[in-house]
Amino acid sequence: MIFFQERVATKELVVYLIDASPKMFSPAGKLENQEEESYFHTVVSCISQSLKTLIINRSYDEVAICFFNTREKKNMQDLNGVFVFNVAERECLDKPTARLIKEFSHIEEQFMGEIGSQYQIIPGNRENSLYNAIWVAQGLLRKGSAKTVDKRILLFTNEDDPFGSVSGAAKIDMTRTTLQRAKDAQDLGISIELLPLNRSDEEFNVALFYADLLGLDGDNLTQFMPVAGEKIWSLRRLDDMKDQLRKRMFKKRKVRRITFSVADSISIELNTFALIRPTLPGAITWLDSITNVPLEIQNSFICADTGALLQGHTKRFHPYKNKNIKFSVEELLEVKRVSTGHLRLLGFKPLSCLKDYYNLKPSTFLFPSDKEIIGSTRIFIALHRSMLRLQRFAVAFYGSSSHPQMVALIAQDEISNSSGQVEPPGMHMIYLPYSDDIRKIEEVHMNVDSVAPRATDDQIQKATALLKRLDLKDFSVYQFANPSLQRHYAVLEALALDEDEMPDIKDETLPDEEGMARPKIVNALEEFKVSVYGENYDEDYMEISVSEASKKRKDIVENAVKECANYNWADLADNGKLKDLTVVELKYYLTAHNLPVTGKKEALINRILTHLGK
Amino acid sequence: MARNKEALLLLIDVSPSMHNLLTEVERVCSMLIEKKLIYSKSDEVGVILFGTDETNNDLTKEVGGYEHIVVLQQIKVVDEDTIETLQKLPRGTSPGDFLDAIVVGMDMLIKKFGPTNKGKKRLCLLTSAQYRIKEPYEGTKEDQIDMISAQMNANGMKLECIIVRGKLTGDANRRIMDENDLLLNRFSKKSCAKTIYVESPTSLLGAIRTRNISPVTIFRGDLELSPRMKIKVWVYKKTSEERFPRLKKYSDKAPPTDRFATHEVKVDYEYRRVDDPSKVVPPEQRIKGYRYGPQVIPISSAEWDAVKFKPERSVKLLGFTDSSNILRHYYMRDVNIFIAEPGNTRAILAVSALARAMQDMNKVAILRCVWRHGQGNVVVGVLTPNVSHRDNIPDSFYFNVLPFAEDIREFQFPSFKYLPSSCQPNAQQQKAADSLVKMLDLGSPGKEVLQPDLTPNPILERFYCFLELKSKQPDATVPLLDNTLKLITEPDPELLSQNKSFIDEFSKQFELMENIKIKKSSRRLWREKPSGSNEGEGAGDVSDAQAVESTKNESAVKVDKIGDLTPVQDFEAMMSRRDSTEWVNKAIKDMKNIIFDLVENSYEGDTYQKAVECLIAFRKGCILEQEPKQFNDFLRHLCKFCRKKDLSSFCEFLTSKQITLITKTEAVDSDATEEEARSFLVKSEPTFL
Repeated sequence: MIFFQERVATKELVVYLIDASPKMFSPAGKLENQEEESYFHTVVSCISQSLKTLIINRSYDEVAICFFNTREKKNMQDLNGVFVFNVAERECLDKPTARLIKEFSHIEEQFMGEIGSQYQIIPGNRENSLYNAIWVAQGLLRKGSAKTVDKRILLFTNEDDPFGSVSGAAKIDMTRTTLQRAKDAQDLGISIELLPLNRSDEEFNVALFYADLLGLDGDNLTQFMPVAGEKIWSLRRLDDMKDQLRKRMFKKRKVRRITFSVADSISIELNTFALIRPTLPGAITWLDSITNVPLEIQNSFICADTGALLQGHTKRFHPYKNKNIKFSVEELLEVKRVSTGHLRLLGFKPLSCLKDYYNLKPSTFLFPSDKEIIGSTRIFIALHRSMLRLQRFAVAFYGSSSHPQMVALIAQDEISNSSGQVEPPGMHMIYLPYSDDIRKIEEVHMNVDSVAPRATDDQIQKATALLKRLDLKDFSVYQFANPSLQRHYAVLEALALDEDEMPDIKDETLPDEEGMARPKIVNALEEFKVSVYGENYDEDYMEISVSEASKKRKDIVENAVKECANYNWADLADNGKLKDLTVVELKYYLTAHNLPVTGKKEALINRILTHLGK
Repeated sequence: MARNKEALLLLIDVSPSMHNLLTEVERVCSMLIEKKLIYSKSDEVGVILFGTDETNNDLTKEVGGYEHIVVLQQIKVVDEDTIETLQKLPRGTSPGDFLDAIVVGMDMLIKKFGPTNKGKKRLCLLTSAQYRIKEPYEGTKEDQIDMISAQMNANGMKLECIIVRGKLTGDANRRIMDENDLLLNRFSKKSCAKTIYVESPTSLLGAIRTRNISPVTIFRGDLELSPRMKIKVWVYKKTSEERFPRLKKYSDKAPPTDRFATHEVKVDYEYRRVDDPSKVVPPEQRIKGYRYGPQVIPISSAEWDAVKFKPERSVKLLGFTDSSNILRHYYMRDVNIFIAEPGNTRAILAVSALARAMQDMNKVAILRCVWRHGQGNVVVGVLTPNVSHRDNIPDSFYFNVLPFAEDIREFQFPSFKYLPSSCQPNAQQQKAADSLVKMLDLGSPGKEVLQPDLTPNPILERFYCFLELKSKQPDATVPLLDNTLKLITEPDPELLSQNKSFIDEFSKQFELMENIKIKKSSRRLWREKPSGSNEGEGAGDVSDAQAVESTKNESAVKVDKIGDLTPVQDFEAMMSRRDSTEWVNKAIKDMKNIIFDLVENSYEGDTYQKAVECLIAFRKGCILEQEPKQFNDFLRHLCKFCRKKDLSSFCEFLTSKQITLITKTEAVDSDATEEEARSFLVKSEPTFL
């Protein structure tokens, strides 16, 4: 993908603050595969997964992992009940490394022995582990200015009332100091986010304590839980809860803010988000093979005619009519400047006008904002509803300075399932091709004199039966991991950890062969095959493929071997006479010896020489 | 003839019904030739006009008839003269007979090439087909078309008919047009012909493919429904972006006397160690490293090849699913098309059966594709049916790439229904939105405006136009976007005026307010919006309103310098550019110079009015940008200058226009009090009265 470049995202510093009280080790429920797991395990697996995602997205984010309600303590302030987890060759708050991910994902094995779980907030004990935890987290986040980085504390707990066991003045005091501690952190630009885990016997009640800690009230409370209202609190299925945790761990980042001019007098404010972008294996960093020190690429521009070193050249040229037509960079920018403003509405069309082949690159998501222009959201929602109801999409012109384009805006209604929001409400901006970009392939092989064969009703019926048999009921684009990417990072992880064995990655994208072999499916396939191909297709097919393609190839090779024998190759090579032969003659040798025949004459000669061992 | 070379005959209707469109015809034809001059220099082109006053063609000399047809250019290799020729087409006065023109064109192609070059000979007909064509000497018109089609097929010619219709035809005879349509459609049935109907000048520019790209398959082989059931398919790209040409860097180091200078620039790469930039590392000493978090892991190419993911070349079906499971915005890349192996009837039938079943049941197919041997990744995508509506084109599929789990960011957004009531439209507002969405209509299938298939890329149009201009006039400036192309980047003024009542109602229903809490620097965004007609807002200072308004419409291009012609507009446009903060400084500097020049070069005050207009705009700009010092210092300097140079009449003029310094109330940073401002010009009066 060359045609879009994402902005370098701002850095994020995150502390995962994990409650390690005995309550967290109780079973959280059953997964779909009937395996039982604890809350603690759920949290650890979710965090491991998101750390891997950080690696794959090549983010510069830094993370720290911190448990509270522990028996042992390990932190800079030496506070009780707080344990900062780390591995060798790494700061406490740093980019995740292969070792961190590996050891963290296996932490349960030694947790009880090395760190231990112990509830700290009990009557008669003055320790306040939650207070300590926030303090430690704040200490970890001391680096970097809040202006340039996002600082976040993600708090994982299944205890909605942390001071429930104490009472009286002690409780009031603890609550007050903890809230103050949290407020201090927030004043320093640190956001505290709660990832509550639901207990099977009762729902997590934010109102008991955490609403105050997070500073939530009224409208904010619903904003806090963007998914359908209070539903999150009653997520019964563990899989759904995991899903929800995973989604909430990432902060949304907008690409840019744009104005959408609906009419001459009305421009509203939108934020754009890149919800779907191809994730590619990381770029290569060149290293010095002796020292493994990274290399820096320095390019210098040299005049092809004089060899002089050039600096600050702003001229470009394009050959045309045997002349070099010169352009300045400014002129080229000017040519691309065809529109003022960001996004201008041109009109609306029914959705049936949007053909499947109107696509060039991934779409961009638009969501309204009232930050600078109050009233934008209201207009956006009104248009969104009308477009959904009338089944129409908007055509607009997106006038970015580098790549202005005509776009389609499709209204997307919110879609939620048991695990929360699947498709957010908003509009998707689809980049439309121009006539220059569309190829009329259908007409290339047009049949001039005859009518193209069309399937009969019976054949279509057989196909319909097949479609019904091979139905992927719950297909979702979220279901496949990219096998190439998974393999890439698994190999790197193994190399980073000096492991000898290369990991085996399952390719989830392969067809389900077992399922395909079920008799009913085999029958449907066979019936369809007979109906479109006739009875004896396999035999005919074999005949065709043997007779045409391979026979021809065989002939060529035979001919080449025959011709090749007419030359004394070793002699020609020794006397430097190969260059006197024609390319066709040279190719006899190459074909006869099963060598590639591509390249310029020089390359062919070199290949022959190499093969002759000269 | 080379593989991609073609011979093209343009058959252009210049009869009266085409006159209002000939400018666009000239444009699209010149563009066609310009691109041929760059990308396919050995193509041959000929031009025939019909509907002309004169007659000049071989057939009329040989057999008589074929009147009002002129061969403007014989078939020859493209050159720049062809552009000149096409840029000034004569306007004819006779009704054009397109069938005669096709015969003349066919005759020319046969005489030149005979039966050779099959499939590389193309006739392109541009007509409004509004005049009745002559009755043939024998048989019916239909018979004649069948004869011509047979002849074209025998010689391997293609025909492309671009027919101008819709609003463009005016009051034409419906019956004749219908008859002509039937005749032209007969060509598509009988020969390698296609017909495109064009309803607007913009689509005319997009209707002709100006660059020929011979399609190449990206895959030929089996579409495996199962290990035992396979369909032979070919896969092509259906869409692929035509990029802005990559221009080479120009070096002017070569002496002007060197006629063989290439003027090219070579790039030299050197690898230096980060820790010791003086050390250059030779290429063979480098090794690739991949990032894993903060670590960079070195690995040689050979090692990497041994462990990397190596899927087998294949295209396999995973299953079918409801089309509603695949949302439109999942499509990731440019689109491919799957066609059954040409000539393989069984494959065509299999594709046809599946496509039609999928269409009937609203299903799509999910595929896993590895196109090439040695490709390092797999592609999962969706196959959607493309059922053909033309008898001689087989059914096919479109293929779009779907994202993997890693490619999706599951950001959570608030539900609209949970947003506060201040964000919810009321019933009346919803009604206004409904009618806007309904009425601002760009048509329905078949009658569509701005259909991507017929919409040219305005930037490429502009570039090639500029290139041609520069080849004649090296110092030419970038041409403005004309009205035809503006219809792609801006709403159609006609559509807006037709629906003015709905737009006004929409504007009235909704109120937008600037958030005053935001700092001024980020507020530019808001100011940029065209606000000329918004009734809801106070329009600011009245004396400044005209200056603001005048910039709204014609700012299709961003201004980067202030010209003498429209300094006020240029200044306003430049001040509102957000791509760099430098523009404000530059605008202020340029404006000062302009005003100075105007005052200094005036003859008996002839330029004072303009200078004052500039000064008003300048003053307003400085208030908006909170740069009072710039203005105040300048005004003081200007007055001092005028007094010295005996131009005090300008100061008087200023006083009469009541232009004063920017006061503290207007801009906090100002150093001028109300009083000083008021007395600034007054006090100077006595001296010069």
